[in-house]
Amino acid sequence: MNDVVIIGAGPAGTACAKLLAENGFSVKVYDKRAEIGAPKRCGEGISEASQDFVGKIPDKCIAQKIKGARLYAPDGRYLDAILSSGGFVLERKVFDKWLAEEAVKAGAVVQANTFISDITKDERGYFSGVKGEFSGNKFEEKARVVVCATGAESPLRNKALGVFSKVNLIDSCIQYEMTNIDIVPDLIHIYLSNVLAPRGYVWVFPKGEHKANVGLGIVPQDKKPGAYMEEFLKLHPEISKGSILEVNAGCVPVGGLVKDMVANGFVLCGEAANHVNAIHGGGIKEAVLSGQMAADTIAECLKKKDVSKSALSAFNNRWWKERGKYLRKVEKLRETLEKLSDPDLNDLVDALKPEDIIEFSRGAKLSILAKVLMRKPKLVSIARHLL
Amino acid sequence: MAWNINNNKCLRCGGCVSVCPTAALELRDNIIHDEKLCTLCGVCEKACPVEAIKVTKK
Repeated sequence: MNDVVIIGAGPAGTACAKLLAENGFSVKVYDKRAEIGAPKRCGEGISEASQDFVGKIPDKCIAQKIKGARLYAPDGRYLDAILSSGGFVLERKVFDKWLAEEAVKAGAVVQANTFISDITKDERGYFSGVKGEFSGNKFEEKARVVVCATGAESPLRNKALGVFSKVNLIDSCIQYEMTNIDIVPDLIHIYLSNVLAPRGYVWVFPKGEHKANVGLGIVPQDKKPGAYMEEFLKLHPEISKGSILEVNAGCVPVGGLVKDMVANGFVLCGEAANHVNAIHGGGIKEAVLSGQMAADTIAECLKKKDVSKSALSAFNNRWWKERGKYLRKVEKLRETLEKLSDPDLNDLVDALKPEDIIEFSRGAKLSILAKVLMRKPKLVSIARHLL
Repeated sequence: MAWNINNNKCLRCGGCVSVCPTAALELRDNIIHDEKLCTLCGVCEKACPVEAIKVTKK
């Protein structure tokens, strides 16, 4: 019998595992992928400040150090915001394995290529283990608590808690890792445009002098991200001249934060609970924080020998207080930005000052956006809506 | 009525799985479709980033 079984060895699962193992609990983490961290699922960007939670990120995980962001208006004008503390574009395949190794060092067991087909329940109706296959061999494992940190792309969160993403609350994304392109390598590049990427944005996250993740996310529709990508590349010969080294796709939750993430003997965390920043779609930091908070609660509950839903709901309370309230605001902000037309977005980028973005990066406050919008007469009505 | 996937187009991202309201989809080596659970609602086709899924309702 394990204290905890965790499904998914992404940042949420391994952060949760590390903390539990450090507290002396026996933890097993299963990941269905043959290689942890591959294929990568995102633009690989993370802020330097995230190291406060993630730990000091080793150089081997970092493809490019970033000073700030270049924000492009639909009309092509741009604004550079140099941040006092910058960020990194990671090599996720190395980063995720590093996080997994940290969990193992703390005492957890991690196993790749392990598909979990079911979460089992005991006679009291408590979740009590998993059924799975390692390299094709079936097994069953028991645990006092099962943690579902699968990301959004697993039916287990739905089977356990009825959680799935509403289709209008995901962004459908495509990304090319490209080389032999010409870009400013120490800035991340964000292109806003309802024509190029309705509701979402195009990103170019450099991974070296002439290499970058070039991706875009859009509101789901008949016209697919690949078609939008083709149009973006046509407009950008400095990028389209390059070669494609890797193609990734994915759907990122940009809303639908899960209210109740626990059941008897069960906790949902990370992207599986839609813990993603709805403005930029970043989820690494949120995953780590949610995995750690889940671990704290589970450790307390195991010590008290009470893993009932009501005991585990301390995780709900803490997460909503420390992250949920903030992420709900970010969601509201996205809903507001979504209403802006391309001329509005031109005005917005025009009205923005670099210090607004810096202030914004410290905490996505609606009041900051409102302040910016107030600078443009046409946008005042939207600003009022925010206040 | 039918649910179809083109495995040459599918990038195995699992986006369709994340939006399926009835847990009828699962990502293994390919996307596994459970026709007993599927209601042919079509949200998977809408979410799919690469036009790999086709749902016909008639």
